[in-house]
Amino acid sequence: MPKDFITQLADLEEEEVIKLVKQRLEAGDGALAILEDSRKAMEIVGDRFVKNQYFIPELVYSGELLRQITELVKPHLVQSGETKHLGEVVIGTVAGDIHDIGLNIVDFMLGVNGFKVYNLGVDVPAEKFVEKMKETSAPVLGLSGFLTLAFDAMKDTVVALEAAGIRGKMKIMIGGGQIDDEIVKYAKADAYGKDAMAAVFLAKKWIGGN
Amino acid sequence: MEKKWEELSWQEKREERFKRWLSQDIKFANSQAEKLYKERVTRFVKAIKLEEPDRVPVMLPAAFYPAYYSGYTLKDIMYDYDVLKNSWLKFMNEFGDMDSFGGPGLVFPGKVVDMIDYKLMKWPGHGLADDSQSYQFVEGEYMPPEEYDDLIRDPADYLMRYFLPRSVGALAPWSKLGPMTAFVGIPVWYVSQFGDPDIRKSYQILLEAGQECNRWMEAVMEVSQASLEAGYPSIWGGLNGAPYDFIGDMLRGTAGVMMDMFKRPDKLQKAMERLVPIAINETVSMADALDCPIIFMPLHKGTGGFMSNEQFKTFYWPTFKEVMIGIINEGLVPIPFAEGDYEPRLEIIKDMPRSSVVWWFERMDMAKAKKVLGDTAGIAGNVPVSVLCTGTPQEVKEQCRKVIESCAKGGGYILTGSAGVERGNPDNLRAMMEAAKEYGVYK
Repeated sequence: MPKDFITQLADLEEEEVIKLVKQRLEAGDGALAILEDSRKAMEIVGDRFVKNQYFIPELVYSGELLRQITELVKPHLVQSGETKHLGEVVIGTVAGDIHDIGLNIVDFMLGVNGFKVYNLGVDVPAEKFVEKMKETSAPVLGLSGFLTLAFDAMKDTVVALEAAGIRGKMKIMIGGGQIDDEIVKYAKADAYGKDAMAAVFLAKKWIGGN
Repeated sequence: MEKKWEELSWQEKREERFKRWLSQDIKFANSQAEKLYKERVTRFVKAIKLEEPDRVPVMLPAAFYPAYYSGYTLKDIMYDYDVLKNSWLKFMNEFGDMDSFGGPGLVFPGKVVDMIDYKLMKWPGHGLADDSQSYQFVEGEYMPPEEYDDLIRDPADYLMRYFLPRSVGALAPWSKLGPMTAFVGIPVWYVSQFGDPDIRKSYQILLEAGQECNRWMEAVMEVSQASLEAGYPSIWGGLNGAPYDFIGDMLRGTAGVMMDMFKRPDKLQKAMERLVPIAINETVSMADALDCPIIFMPLHKGTGGFMSNEQFKTFYWPTFKEVMIGIINEGLVPIPFAEGDYEPRLEIIKDMPRSSVVWWFERMDMAKAKKVLGDTAGIAGNVPVSVLCTGTPQEVKEQCRKVIESCAKGGGYILTGSAGVERGNPDNLRAMMEAAKEYGVYK
């Protein structure tokens, strides 16, 4: 029996996947159905990542396949359906630090696990985090940083949230490079996550959902 | 009759280099400095050879710390060579006992990178805030996948006509040059290219940047000389890395090189193999110019999570191992700095000649590392930088005690941080020295 689309995408079979997408579009299959299948495939990818069957290269490759699929189906997309989410998480790399590999993996893993992610990118000033947390009222904030200078930038970000009077409305997780439990104390965050799975675990613990 | 260099075994070559390190021509400040210098070098040499020195040696993780210590920013020391020199000397004179110290060769001269318009890095005042404590690497896809064949055919030509014009603004005109490895005989056509006004301009900038670079080198060398005279050995004989990282860091970017493992594995492999002898040659010539045989090799993209063990064994390890073996065979000592988490790799990296390498770990269960690698390789690390930067001296000392207890037994261990420290209480660094003396003495 030939593998279905979801399995092939999860197995990263590029040629087959792209061919199938084109066939499905020609056959009049809805763009939303293809995207929904792709989402299911990404769930499998995320699951394999958690089980140490996939690593970052596979995530990057699956992301590239998803990008190609989205390009193909875009012209056929009549309207985008708003999907339901477990909850919202704001993430970003703190001021002064421009590293984003870990940040983007966390973004991907939270996304495939059903969270709506606002990724503010790198070198994000404290005020920008404050502004976004006010705007979204997201219950979880993830701060990323690779360099030792992130110790103080994380601390400053938490201070800014306190000064804005909203620190109590959220849980803050931190991670990346030299970050550890020591820096949770130093920056007055709530938890340290050693990898993207830990970020998902923490978000689920704080927001709910299994 | 003495054997020729080529006839020596790698161990014999290394002994020669160790001898040169131990007894180089230095005008020591006094006899005490000379005595301490020899003790310190011997301490490192024994640890490298998996023997027990008098006590655990310390590589003080004081990256740009002397700048902070002297009240300056990274920007200050990048742009003012006197400030650079004086802050390093101030730290050296005031800190107290250290097992090694050296010139600030990794604080790049701001004026030079400005002049050439270097694009692979951001630094304070150039893409980063003025008070930024470190520079940051800017990755990009400087080599599109179609150009693998050009790189493989002739890496030197590729470097000059493709990579440098894209990564160094001042050298952009070099993309106009014809093939650089011209063996045709009569070189007039080759020479004529240098009459082009844009090319001439790029060489003008290069000549001036070279001169500026030498002014910076003078300051670096002055510190190096002063620290040798004060009895502090340098543990710096050069820098290199893994072919996978050369391609991932500089040419293809993280995502690019990861995709290449799936989409064009053969080209990636060929390109890495092509870079092996080039990396060995570069390292050996660097080390020959210095008296210390230690080569630091920061590793980036082979860390746990960044690939599976299978991918590591296929793509990362073989050519990296070849580079290490190549420099070991010339009597040098690689110290790979394994950034990230190398615990999944321990069984793989064990496969090296006994006592030929010292692994410096960042995140690692050091007791496990000692157990797996202890018989074959030296290990160094990994007092958390978080504690060194934000903790108390007592906390630092306690962390040092724990790691010494896990790793020191039988020799082959160097105490250091999980990375370099840029700021924090100087007593935290002193606590590391104290811990080595208190808990790291071999009896």
